[in-house]
Amino acid sequence: MIQVRNLTFEYTTDQPVFHDFNWSINKGEAWTILGPSGCGKSTLLYLIAGLRQSLSGEILVDGEQLIRPRPQSGLIIQDYGLLPWATVRDNVRLGLDIRRFYGPDGKHAPFEGKVSDADVTFWLEKLGLKEQAEKFSGQISGGQRQRCAIARTLVLQPDLLLMDEPFSSLDAPTRESLQNLMIELWQQHNLTMITVTHLIEEAAILGQKILLLNEPPNLTANVIENTSFDKPDIRSDPEYLHLCQILREKMSK
Amino acid sequence: MSNLEGENVKVMRAKAVLLALVLLLLLWQVLAWIVNLAILPSPWEVGQTLIRELGRDLPGHFLASFWRVFASTLLAILFASPLGLMLGQSKPLNRFFAPVIYLLYPIPKVVLLPIVVLFLGIGDVSKIFMIFLILFFQILVLVRDQAATLRPELIQSVRSLGAGRRALFRYVYFPASIPAILTALRQSVGTAVAVLYVAELFATQKGLGYYIYLKGSNLFDYPAMYAGVVAMSVLGFGLYFVVDWLERKLCPWQFAR
Repeated sequence: MIQVRNLTFEYTTDQPVFHDFNWSINKGEAWTILGPSGCGKSTLLYLIAGLRQSLSGEILVDGEQLIRPRPQSGLIIQDYGLLPWATVRDNVRLGLDIRRFYGPDGKHAPFEGKVSDADVTFWLEKLGLKEQAEKFSGQISGGQRQRCAIARTLVLQPDLLLMDEPFSSLDAPTRESLQNLMIELWQQHNLTMITVTHLIEEAAILGQKILLLNEPPNLTANVIENTSFDKPDIRSDPEYLHLCQILREKMSK
Repeated sequence: MSNLEGENVKVMRAKAVLLALVLLLLLWQVLAWIVNLAILPSPWEVGQTLIRELGRDLPGHFLASFWRVFASTLLAILFASPLGLMLGQSKPLNRFFAPVIYLLYPIPKVVLLPIVVLFLGIGDVSKIFMIFLILFFQILVLVRDQAATLRPELIQSVRSLGAGRRALFRYVYFPASIPAILTALRQSVGTAVAVLYVAELFATQKGLGYYIYLKGSNLFDYPAMYAGVVAMSVLGFGLYFVVDWLERKLCPWQFAR
């Protein structure tokens, strides 16, 4: 699904965040990218989203070289990215409006898309936002805002879902329920999912495989398999707790 | 807030404003009794004169003033908001222009009036340009600051939904600038009418400023002069009211609780 080949990226010259970096992920996999702040994990996600351009090397998504955001990729960010002047419903519909605005040009919107307003209602209901549909984003809780952002992204039927610290600013119970929801949605919709996080527990819950990044420059992909992924009651599973311990040790190196 | 509650708040607000108006009129009446001079006619007398003058040339002057404010407001919005959006979103551009705006913004634009008249003459153009200047800077600065508060993360996330430059303008920048424009208008519509008054004292035959000056200083018709003052106040208040109404209509999220 994604091939990162010989990627080099830097913000300031001579201090590359990534240098000759290679990484690949298969269709339908759930990945997390874990690392301390400043390690380049969000940068990598934005590169895959097509919102940043690499200095050299290339990123292939679904076999095609990435030069701009793909209409089939969805991005969810930490502070939701909702329009304050639009209601929850209008926020969820935003992607549809943008696609109608351009028409199916293959650049901003896919050539064939059959998303309709009925899908908006479907996703509002699915994510428990029916009651909030006519409220403005400033009137709902943080968890509801992130649900709104998830609905807005998934209504466009993406095949690749990218999340940048999606639940980091939410309280623990809300975060856990949204993590469970994402696993559920990932299974139901055959998504390829990449979540960037600095939280060790989140990395172990949302990632079948975990890409561990450290102080730049990142030269090789350090991948950890997560054998406890998708177990029932994962949060009290010994394997999960052991994995968290390993990740903690690797991160503090 | 439910609709019913909203209606109740509206009715209460209208009642309070009406009560304040009655109190002010009473105060005026009492003052007129105490002072008992021709230069302070009672509100009753002024009211009668106002109605009489409405059948004469007052509406013409009112419309002339209204047109000047309206045209300059429209022009200021058309020129200042795109520029403000550009400056707010482009750091290098703002770095270049910020010092210029910093110097020009606090200048009381009304002192430029004699110069503007020299260049643009005594007709409508100079008056419209004067008010335009005042509103232009106010809108420019507020829209710029509003656009600068749009976080890059928000822009990125809308871009990830497929938005290019045009869709960003349509769905992000344009709606984001509306409250800034309205705030700018609310803050400066009073100043605009004040400057219009001064501008209309200059060699003109049309407008409420001219009317007030003519009735008071030349014809010593004080009730008519007061009627002119009332008309000018109505103009200012009316514009303020329209902006207030537009804000509630176009920016409901700012009032939602």
